[in-house]
Amino acid sequence: MLADDSFNRLGDARHPTLAVAARAAREAFSLPFIILLASFAGFGSVARASGFSFELAIVATAGIWGLPGQIALAEQYGAGAGTAAIILAVSLANARFLLMVMSFMPLMRVGLNHRGLEFASAQLLSTFSWAAARNAFPTLSDPLRPIFFMVYGLVCISSALIGTAAGYAGVTALPHSVVLGLLFLNPLFFALVFTDSRERHVIYAVLLGAVAGPVLHGFSPDWGEAAGGLLAGTAGFYLTRSPRMRDGGAP
Amino acid sequence: MSEAVSSVAPYSWALIGLAIIATFFWRGLGVLLSTRIDPSGPTFRWVSCVSYAMLAGLVARMTVLPAGALAMTPLTHRLAGMACGFAVFLLFHRSVLAGVTAGTALFAILSALTAS
Repeated sequence: MLADDSFNRLGDARHPTLAVAARAAREAFSLPFIILLASFAGFGSVARASGFSFELAIVATAGIWGLPGQIALAEQYGAGAGTAAIILAVSLANARFLLMVMSFMPLMRVGLNHRGLEFASAQLLSTFSWAAARNAFPTLSDPLRPIFFMVYGLVCISSALIGTAAGYAGVTALPHSVVLGLLFLNPLFFALVFTDSRERHVIYAVLLGAVAGPVLHGFSPDWGEAAGGLLAGTAGFYLTRSPRMRDGGAP
Repeated sequence: MSEAVSSVAPYSWALIGLAIIATFFWRGLGVLLSTRIDPSGPTFRWVSCVSYAMLAGLVARMTVLPAGALAMTPLTHRLAGMACGFAVFLLFHRSVLAGVTAGTALFAILSALTAS
């Protein structure tokens, strides 16, 4: 991370756009590339087992672009569920995008300066690009933020499409411990990326959310994560308000 | 392509279309609801806190109560991998790559040792 920042400052002097695009590509072609390849290979094989054609599996990844919803779609379709039940399951599994877009778009609005591009960026958003952008944006000026996001997001969705195709084609002949390791990459990566935030209220929210999520999941597997996020996030917000904000004054 | 497959094709394409719309609904609503959010104001901080807490809860749940193949592994292995990842991350100047590599390597080695 430190090396990236210093490279970015050096590159900023002459070709800021290229330097930021290169930084985004370098960050995305690292662990996100491997994790997306592995997890969307999982979707590809589930999609095939559920009876989807290859084209449908690819369009699902490109168009839905949210793994929990895609898995829900393939599993429910494979189990012969009704249309309304399937769509409701997909929608609920991907409802987190509402909060993710709301906690992201205000940081990029000035740089985009175009409503159509805002919708396009919302479509490109995934947890990877959301987390990477939230960490990188404090070091980037407004016009450079969309460059970082677009490059990072396009590398991510390309990796996912390759993974979907590979999984559908059945390229999953890996030793069991390697498969387990690939699955474990996902939670560990996000645990560290979230902790890498420099914002104090984010760290509080992450720590509280990590405790509340599994506990409330025990009470309600369907609503536990949403309720845990709401409770822990609100607690983190109040715990880290500055004294001036607490008195009702403008920060 | 068999007849059975081609007869379900229009339905499955429509289903994917609806699934895309059902997901984009949340994304588009997020764009519309965020138009008046000031990125330096308290509303943005609160939405950020809730987003991070929700995703951190998901990550913690994937570690403590995973679905799929990870569910077959002992909890101690997963927690050891996480702890190792965090320790190396902090030791190596907050390097996510170093932390993830070390934590995953420990987890995979423990899994391989148990399997053999």
